Amino acid sequence: MTRKQRRMNFIILGLLTLGVAVALVLTALKDKIVFFYSPTDVATKKEIPTNQQVRVGGLVKQGTWKKPTNGLVHKFTVTDLRHDISISYKGIIPDIFREGQGVVVLGKLQADGNFQTDEVLAKHDEKYMPPEVAEALKKSGKWKHTEDAK
Amino acid sequence: MIAEIGQFALILALVIGIVQGTLPLAGAALNRAQWVAVARPAARGQSLFVIIAFFCLMHAYVTSDFSVANVAQNSHTLKPMLYKVSGVWGNHEGSMVLWVAILALFGLAVAEFGTGLPPTLRARVLAIQGLIGVAFLAFILFTSNPFLRLDPAPLEGNGLNPILQDPGLAFHPPFLYLGYVGFSMAFSFAVAALIEGRVDPAWARWVRPWTLAAWCALTVGIALGSWWAYYELGWGGWWFWDPVENASFIPWLVGTALLHSAIVVEKRDALKSWTILLAILAFSMSLLGTFLVRSGVLTSVHAFASDPERGVFILGLLVFVIGGSLTLYAIRAPGLKGGGLFAPISREGALVLNNLLLTTGAAVVLLGTLYPLILDAFGGGKVSVGPPFFNATFVPLMVPVMLAAVVGAMLSWKRADIGAVLSRLKIAFYVALIGVGVTGWFAGSLHDMLAAGGIGIAAWLIVGSAVEIAERTALFKGPLSNSLRRAAGLPRSAWGMAIAHGALGIMVAGVTASSAWRVEKIQLMAPGDTITVSGYSLKFEGAKQIKGPNYHGERGIFTVTRDGKTITALTPEKREYPAERSQTTEAGILTMVSGDLYAVLGDKSTKQSKGGAAWSTRIYFNPLVAWIWVGAILMAGGGLVSLTDRRHRIGAPKTASKHNSTQPAEVGA
Repeated sequence: MTRKQRRMNFIILGLLTLGVAVALVLTALKDKIVFFYSPTDVATKKEIPTNQQVRVGGLVKQGTWKKPTNGLVHKFTVTDLRHDISISYKGIIPDIFREGQGVVVLGKLQADGNFQTDEVLAKHDEKYMPPEVAEALKKSGKWKHTEDAK
Repeated sequence: MIAEIGQFALILALVIGIVQGTLPLAGAALNRAQWVAVARPAARGQSLFVIIAFFCLMHAYVTSDFSVANVAQNSHTLKPMLYKVSGVWGNHEGSMVLWVAILALFGLAVAEFGTGLPPTLRARVLAIQGLIGVAFLAFILFTSNPFLRLDPAPLEGNGLNPILQDPGLAFHPPFLYLGYVGFSMAFSFAVAALIEGRVDPAWARWVRPWTLAAWCALTVGIALGSWWAYYELGWGGWWFWDPVENASFIPWLVGTALLHSAIVVEKRDALKSWTILLAILAFSMSLLGTFLVRSGVLTSVHAFASDPERGVFILGLLVFVIGGSLTLYAIRAPGLKGGGLFAPISREGALVLNNLLLTTGAAVVLLGTLYPLILDAFGGGKVSVGPPFFNATFVPLMVPVMLAAVVGAMLSWKRADIGAVLSRLKIAFYVALIGVGVTGWFAGSLHDMLAAGGIGIAAWLIVGSAVEIAERTALFKGPLSNSLRRAAGLPRSAWGMAIAHGALGIMVAGVTASSAWRVEKIQLMAPGDTITVSGYSLKFEGAKQIKGPNYHGERGIFTVTRDGKTITALTPEKREYPAERSQTTEAGILTMVSGDLYAVLGDKSTKQSKGGAAWSTRIYFNPLVAWIWVGAILMAGGGLVSLTDRRHRIGAPKTASKHNSTQPAEVGA
C-alpha cells in the first residue's frame, strides 16, 4: 500500500464519520432543542407550541409563591415586569429559589395560559442572573443594574 | 503585608515570564547558546514566585485576613479549616492563581527532568510554557487580582457558598486544573516541535507520559465533579450535559484521542502531524473550557457569577493561542514526513478509527454546547440544548469506539488478521450476546432494548479486556506458574490498557443501568408513613433539629427495611447556613453494588399529623450508579499503571539525545 492509497483510506473513513455525525446532528437539531420565551413573548406571540417542551424565564414575582399546603404543587408567577405568567410545579423546589430572583423553568404551556413545569433550574450562586432573564428584562425596559452580577 | 508580597511575587513572575517566553526562542533561532540557557533558570524563577503568591493567598485564607477583598467575599471565620484552604480556589481569582501555579510546576518539571532533551527543544518548550504563563498572569493582575485590599476591613467574611463546602468539591478543581494545564505540556511540545520542524519517536516518548498524567488527573477531576453533583445537588442525576460539564468533557475526549495517537507516533513513527494537531486542540479545548466557565456566556445550571470583561480577555487569549498555533501548524505541518506505512486493518488502523470517532464526538459535543450562542448571534431565538440532543448524537458515535477498543487492542501493528482476532474474542462476544439477551428478555420497550445494547457493550469491554490479558499470559494453556511469570513480565502499558478498557466497560454498565432503570418517587410523607421503592421499604420516622459548626437545620430519618429486615437508616438533611444566608440539601444515600437508595428531604408542609409535620420527600433507586465512579477511577488507575511502564521511567531522555545526534533533522519540502 502506498502513502497515497493510505491517505485516501483516511480521507474516506474521515468523510464517512463526518457524514454520519452531520446526519445525527441535523436530525437532533430539528426536534431535540428547547426554545426560550419571556413572559412578554408568551403573552404577545401566538405561535408558541403547546405540545413541545419550552423554557420560560424571568423574575419570581414578589408575594406570589404559594407553597403546597397538602400535596406537592408549588404555584408562583414569573414576570419580566411587563407581562406575567403563572407557573405550577410539582415536586421539590430548589434550595436557592426565592421571590424576586431570576428563574428559568422547563415545561409545557397549557391551553389555559398556565405553564406546567417539570424542572425549575437551580443556580449555584444567588448573585447569578440567567442571561436569558437579563435580556428579557432589558427588552421589557425594566432592567435594573442592582440586579447585575458582581 | 503578606498580601502585598503575594501581589509583588505575581508581578515578578510576570516579568520573568516575559523573559522566559522571548529570549530562549530568539536564542534558539539565532543560535545563541547563552540566550537559550536563560530558559531553565527563568522557569525556576517563575514557578518560585507563582508558588510564593499562591501560598500568600492561602495564608490570607487560613488566617481569615478580611482586609483582602477576595477573602472577605469568600471566607468566614467559622468555616472548617479544610474549606478555608479549598476556599483559595473556590472562587474565580483564586482558581486562576491555582491555574498558573500548576502551569509553573509543569514548567519546572521540564526544566528539572528534561535534562536529556535537546537543549533547543527544551528551551522552546519552556518559552511556550512561559508565554502561556504570561498571558494568565496578566489576566490575573489586570482583571482578577486576588490581593486587592479592602479598607476598612470587615470584621467578618461573606462565607463560601455552602454547597461548595464539601470534600468532593474541595479536590475537584485541583484535579481538573491538573488535567487542563497538563495538556499545556503536550501543547508546548507540539508548538516547539513545529518550530523545530521535527517530530520523532523520542518526542512522543516525552509527550505521552505527560499527556497520560494530565488525562488521569482530568478523569479523576470530572469523576469527582460528577459524584459531587450526584450527592450534593439532590437531583439524583450525575451528568446533565450542562455547558460547564461539557467544557471539561471536550478536552477529555480530545485528550483521550491524543493519548492513543501518541502511541502510534512512539511505536510506529506515523500519524505525526495528526498528533501535533490533537496536542494543539486538546489544550485549546481546555482554554475554551476555562472561557466558557468563567465568562458566563452560556446559561448553565452550574453557572457562577461572572464578569463580561474577563470573558473578553480570555476570548482574546483564546483567539491568539488557537489562531496562532493553528497558523503555525498550517505553515509547518506539511513539512513533517510521515513514517511507517500500515494496512487499514492493523493496530494503527484501529487507533485511527478511535481518533476519528473521538474527535468527531468532541466536535459534536462542542457544537451542541455552542449552538445556543451561534443561533442567538444569528437572531434565531434563544434555545437550550440538553440531554436529548447529546443522547441522540454523541452516544451513537461512541458505540463503534467501544466495540473497536477490544478488537483494536488485539490487532498486530502494521498488518493484522482480523478473522483470527475475532475468533479469539468468541467468548467475549457470547457473553455480550447473553447480556443483551437477558436484559432484552426482561424489557419490552425500545428504550430498554437500547439499554440492553449498552449492557452488551459493557460485557464486551470487560470480558474482551480479560481475554486479551488471558491470551497474553497463556492462561489455561499451560501451568499456572507459567502464566504468572508471563503476567509479571507483561509490560505495564499492556496492563494499563486492559484495566482502562475494562474500567470503561464497568462505567458503561453503570451509565446504562442508572439511566434506563432509575426509579423516582416524589410524595408527601407524614411521620410513620412507609413507601416502597425497588423492593426496599422506607419508613419516615420524622425530622429533628440539628446544629453543625456553621449551619443548623433539620434531619429526616428513614428506616430502610427489605423483606422485614432492617438494613440501615437514611438521614437526609436540609441545612441553613446563616453566614451565607443560604440553604443546602444533603441527600441520604445507601450505596450498594446493585444500586443506590437515595432519599431527599424536601419542604416541610403545613399539614400536621399526630407524629409531627409532613414533609415532601423524594426517593430514588439508581441501579449500578456507583459503577460509574468506580469505573472512572479504575480508568484513571489504568492510566497510572501505564505511566509506570519501564520505557517511561528510564532511557527515554537518553534515547532522545542519541536520536538527535545520529539522525539528521527531518525537515521536508
